Amino acid sequence: MEHYSLTLHEASQLLDSGEVTSVALTESVLSRMDVVEPKVQAYLAVDREGALRRAEQADVSRKNGQGGPLCGIPLAVKDVLCTTTMPTTCGSRILEDFIAPYDATVIARLDQAGSVLLGKLAMDEFAMGSSSENCAFQVPHNPWKIGYVAGGSSGGSAAAVAADECFASLGSDTGGSIRQPASLCGTVGMKPTYGRVSRYGLVAFASSLDQVGPLTKDVRDCALMMNAISGYDPRDSTSIKQPVPDFTGALRQGLQGVRIGIPREYFGDGLDPEVDQVVRRGIAMLREAGATIVEVTLPHTEYCVAVYYLIAPAEASSNLARFDGVRYGFRDQTADTLIDMYNRSRSQGFGDEVKRRILIGTYALSAGYYDAYYKKASQVRTLIKEDFSRAFGSCDLVVSPVTPTPAWKIGEKADDPLALYLSDILTLSANLAGIPGMSVPCGFNSQGLPIGMQLQAGHFNEEILLQVAYNLEQRAGVVGKKPVII
Amino acid sequence: MLHVAKLARLELTATEVERMTGQLNAILTYAAKLDELDTTGVAVTTHTQQVVNAFREDEVQASLLRGQALANAPEQNGESFVVARVIS
Repeated sequence: MEHYSLTLHEASQLLDSGEVTSVALTESVLSRMDVVEPKVQAYLAVDREGALRRAEQADVSRKNGQGGPLCGIPLAVKDVLCTTTMPTTCGSRILEDFIAPYDATVIARLDQAGSVLLGKLAMDEFAMGSSSENCAFQVPHNPWKIGYVAGGSSGGSAAAVAADECFASLGSDTGGSIRQPASLCGTVGMKPTYGRVSRYGLVAFASSLDQVGPLTKDVRDCALMMNAISGYDPRDSTSIKQPVPDFTGALRQGLQGVRIGIPREYFGDGLDPEVDQVVRRGIAMLREAGATIVEVTLPHTEYCVAVYYLIAPAEASSNLARFDGVRYGFRDQTADTLIDMYNRSRSQGFGDEVKRRILIGTYALSAGYYDAYYKKASQVRTLIKEDFSRAFGSCDLVVSPVTPTPAWKIGEKADDPLALYLSDILTLSANLAGIPGMSVPCGFNSQGLPIGMQLQAGHFNEEILLQVAYNLEQRAGVVGKKPVII
Repeated sequence: MLHVAKLARLELTATEVERMTGQLNAILTYAAKLDELDTTGVAVTTHTQQVVNAFREDEVQASLLRGQALANAPEQNGESFVVARVIS
């Protein structure tokens, strides 16, 4: 077995026992990239020299008896997280040459843990999209079927993990951008509770919804990554002072006493029959593991797309006002006046989807329309949040599909933004309510495309998600299945 | 559309105006679905957690050096960002 195909915790054990070095792991993953990257196209930037240098340091640390589970592990991150050693483009022309003057807190935490940063991963421009086709530089492919989308917006983060091009990655999730690509690529993905993980150095899309989280090869790896990145950060004013448990403690056999809610609204029209079948089979496995299954209702689910696609663009239109060609990023050199320079720099620097969302958001916040759109959406957001509070009165978590369909062909849905927005219906609510959500591999469709199960729980209850995910993983028969990349 | 684009500091071509108008109309028509709900008296949620303003002690702390802050600027003169003259 090649080193690159190990899970993070397996690689960590081999480092512990001295059977492998970080340099050997790093070289193995870099050589894997040479083979599959021309097809997968997950990386926007790779720092070979930096990674090998860091790996050598990690080997020295380990020899001196220092370093935790992540010390010497090669990782990669979505290109929305600020790094001082590589460009941070957000998948946008407007930031093509941007080198951040500071590291995001999660980058600093992974660095302190001794991990090796391999590179930056492809994404939809400014994290706006569900297929990573809005990336200005390249479109990552699904390792399970080249020519199919990897999902989005953290498509590169999911594809790189699925293709064994890193041991784990970080993504960001504003409306499903970790869970959806994780589901489509057959990896584990967690969106933590809002405020659990620092957003400092995460380039903002919609500040009240954005959250950083891990994409990993299995559930134990997810717990290890969560241990490394969680916790209060004084540099993020929305970070929450909540104790961080050892998440690996949640990986217990058996689900006795766990009440799992099945929201009937999540199994409605438009759900692919094979997705429905695979997820229902997964639910039966959770029952066998000892869980009690109860039906619950989240009655405002049908409104979440409308709410999200007003609130997220409203926040985005405000956040993206900073890209004006003055302090950083692309500047049009032909304009004579300041205003023309703003207009032209933004119009040439942003892609279609970003412009579309800025326009929706600007409209929703503009004089005379604010009450009808933004305020109304913020009120319905309260109703969606209350739905979950009520549901969690009778269950510990809710379980559903992550996406209505498996991965689709690149280009297939590119011309109809509203149709693509509607495909996010199952993941948006977790962001609107601020609760943690997770995608766990559950099975495959008849074409061999992965299908994930979504788990959502109350605020700061990531442990119940990990426990249930761990039990599903033991039973679903997906562990160790790898794509053949052709 | 042109008014909104102006507010957003975006310059759209004629084809973009046409395409975006159609797409935005479809999205906003869909969003009108929210009118089905009576939200009289429902509080707004702009934040999902009970957060209060996060203040720190008013002490001098290290910050970016001027050179670092200017490093990504499209045009700068070593002291400040340079833009076209605003007041003539």
